[in-house]
Amino acid sequence: MGNLFRLALVLAGKDLRLELRTRTSIISAAVFAALVLIVFNFARDPTAVATLDLAPSVLWVTVAFASVLAMNRGFLVERENAAFDGLLLAPVPREALFLGKYLANFAFVMLVEAIALPLFVLFFNLDLSHALGGLVLTMLLATMGFVAVGTIFSAMVVKTRFAELMLPVLLLPFMVPPLILAVKTTVPLFAGRPLSEVVDGLRFLAIYDIVFLTLAVLLFPAVVDE
Amino acid sequence: MTAAVSGARSVINRGLVLTTLGLLGVAGVMVLALGFTPVEATQGLAQKIFYVHVPAAFTALWVAVPATACAGLLYLWLHDPRLDRFAAASAEVSLVFCLVVLVTGPIWARPIWGAWWTWDGRLTLTLFLFFLLLGYQTMRAAIRDPVERARFSAVLGAMGLVLVPFIHLSVYLWRGLHPKPIVLKPGDPSLPPEMLHTLLYGLGAALLLYVGFVTLRYGIQLAQDQREAADAR
Repeated sequence: MGNLFRLALVLAGKDLRLELRTRTSIISAAVFAALVLIVFNFARDPTAVATLDLAPSVLWVTVAFASVLAMNRGFLVERENAAFDGLLLAPVPREALFLGKYLANFAFVMLVEAIALPLFVLFFNLDLSHALGGLVLTMLLATMGFVAVGTIFSAMVVKTRFAELMLPVLLLPFMVPPLILAVKTTVPLFAGRPLSEVVDGLRFLAIYDIVFLTLAVLLFPAVVDE
Repeated sequence: MTAAVSGARSVINRGLVLTTLGLLGVAGVMVLALGFTPVEATQGLAQKIFYVHVPAAFTALWVAVPATACAGLLYLWLHDPRLDRFAAASAEVSLVFCLVVLVTGPIWARPIWGAWWTWDGRLTLTLFLFFLLLGYQTMRAAIRDPVERARFSAVLGAMGLVLVPFIHLSVYLWRGLHPKPIVLKPGDPSLPPEMLHTLLYGLGAALLLYVGFVTLRYGIQLAQDQREAADAR
């Protein structure tokens, strides 16, 4: 078990190192998130709709789109020079392979969210100091679940034509429950309510994470084994 | 080779017979619903759509989609191409039944609720199921290798089945407008016997139509697979 996680961390480290050296995906994902936030800012009438009413939805829609964009990268980088065949030949359990890709994707999406959140606060002129802890917790729990689904789907769509378009088509329905729960948790947090009021939503997010992470680990060998 | 093709032909013929019977059954249900079933007191004639809507919804949600997911999981275990062919056929028919539900629902909802669409739990669930099935078809169309296509479809089917209760529960947290279950609930069905009979006939016709469509689709896929295998030789 410890060995499995060690291998997963090595794989995740490889992906993150690759990303930090080229910085192409992270910059484009962050710029994309910033642009979505800017477009949203112009898509509303500030005199008719209060910022606080719209803010949770804007935040989560931005996060959802940027995450899909970011998760496309995970297996696309392995397609060049048939690098993925090399990974499959390595004496590594498939579960470790999945967990490695999962951890890298998770870190990557959290990084995009960490860039998007300050921009969101800046553009929407919000004071989130009282809600920051709960918001970060919600982001972690919501991201953990849909990244598991996104990782296994990105391993599938990379074998299809139009992979970049196929991932959102398959993944967005799976992002609906975490997004609904995240928005429902974020609304009271932004309104200054205490964390104890949103515990049910967080618990439901955790159940989603456990179920889909387990399912993805179990089904991943069926995706990669010839 | 010729024996194999005639095998596919006989499956298609059987599918045609069952589909014809199913379509006749649906026509019979319409006659029964309009001519021989009492008009509902508060909703009036709009309630008649219930005899098409509910059987289609039941067949899609409780028969066709679980059957697709189960066939996919069995495929991952047994690697039998027949299971994948069945899963693909069942998913395609689910898509049609979901579409029937999504079209008949708003037609009823407009006069009764005063709105074509609301974001109620079941409506949202059916809509996302429809998109999932659409994604399933899109993905199948985008993969050329039949074994890979079968494995990926099985994975997507299993994940989709697990997703359904999550969508339902997360939307259920908002209050719903949809009529509550009246037949499949603890205790006796709260429907007059004539209405219940028509509903059960409708359900029978929908199930027959499902079996007919799936058999037909299975036969066509079988013929295609055999043709491809013959071409490859």
